[in-house]
Amino acid sequence: MTEPKSGPDSGGSLPDQRRPAPAESAPGVVQRGSFGVHGPGDTSGFSGLVRRPWAPVPAERPYGEWFDEVADSLAAAYPSFDGGVSKVVVDRGQLTFHVQPEHLVGLCQVLRDDPALRFELCTSVSGVDYLGTPDRLHSVVHLTSMTYRRDLRLEVSVPVEHPHVPSITSVYPTADWQEREAWDMFGIVYDGHPGLTRILMPDDWEGHPQRKDYPLGGVPVQYKGATIPPPDERRNYS
Amino acid sequence: MGLEEKVPSGLLLTSVEKLVNWSRKSSLWPATFGLACCAIEMMSAGGPKHDLARFGMEVFRASPRQADLMIVAGRVSQKMAPVLRQVYDQMPEPKWVLAMGVCASSGGMFNNYAIVQGVDHIVPVDMYLPGCPPRPEMLIDSLLKLHDKIQHEPLGAKRAKQLGGVRRELVASSVRYGK
Repeated sequence: MTEPKSGPDSGGSLPDQRRPAPAESAPGVVQRGSFGVHGPGDTSGFSGLVRRPWAPVPAERPYGEWFDEVADSLAAAYPSFDGGVSKVVVDRGQLTFHVQPEHLVGLCQVLRDDPALRFELCTSVSGVDYLGTPDRLHSVVHLTSMTYRRDLRLEVSVPVEHPHVPSITSVYPTADWQEREAWDMFGIVYDGHPGLTRILMPDDWEGHPQRKDYPLGGVPVQYKGATIPPPDERRNYS
Repeated sequence: MGLEEKVPSGLLLTSVEKLVNWSRKSSLWPATFGLACCAIEMMSAGGPKHDLARFGMEVFRASPRQADLMIVAGRVSQKMAPVLRQVYDQMPEPKWVLAMGVCASSGGMFNNYAIVQGVDHIVPVDMYLPGCPPRPEMLIDSLLKLHDKIQHEPLGAKRAKQLGGVRRELVASSVRYGK
């Protein structure tokens, strides 16, 4: 990727590979505002919010920087690379492998142990909810290699009807509480986790608060002579 | 004035109510319940610049059994609420609660599923202190107002009249709340 991309900031201040990828037309609508209130008179405070549909552009070889080296090493070390990794995305100077759930643990083992890869630090396992896409819940694993000073992202997508992702605690024990948080907030069930219980909400809480269709849970605030409802229940004043 | 002028110097006449209230307010020991950002301001109120020691309050008791004031400094999450109630229950009478900051008073800026919208949903509050966070001087002001409230608390026959003969049953909490 040596030719400059035409993006909003084609002024040349960023190196080529680090510019955001051009927005591709993806299924879904650009959402402006939040909580169903649009146009002027929006008192929710979220009228300026713009949410574009999730549209990762699959990258083409050569990926650039050190990404090719890592992709080749991983393909050599993990035989089922083509079946396991469904998409490779290079965006803003970061490499992401979109991984099939059944290959996640194997890939993590190889990424940690192979001498050419050595991603020995798992910095984060988190959940994302892309409401509107078929495989809505994503479990995102961030790995860091201290020996080579590199960062990598693995992303697994699962549908909300069967939200099962294998747990990587056998490879990276630090993922223990991170996966508990993703279970608590998104409802992603990590198979093989030593103790998958709620960590942030009380143990008997129902629902998964950080999903996009979970209400804010606010109470109307009373003032002298007026009551202001929480942001997701405010109507359009026009 | 009156009798005190006629007795030898060095004698002070007062009522039991005033004496008891004065001793309660002059050494009001807070229990450490700093939860979030307000705790920083509470700590600096105990520091040398804004000194709580001049009010007899520099001893923040770690054990609630030795404390009489619970300063709820910070937001209380749904998960923390039963812990807060347990610490409050462990404090012996007489006890007071100061809700420090907007999060303890009303949920503050966090109007959502995770934060209790005011600790008065959980414990009875004697003094609300708004601010995000309140300055140490504001905390001291609220403590002085609380001292004033304690000083003018009716005791004895006056209290019985105020409560209208309603007496709270002294049932041990292990019996009252089941096992």
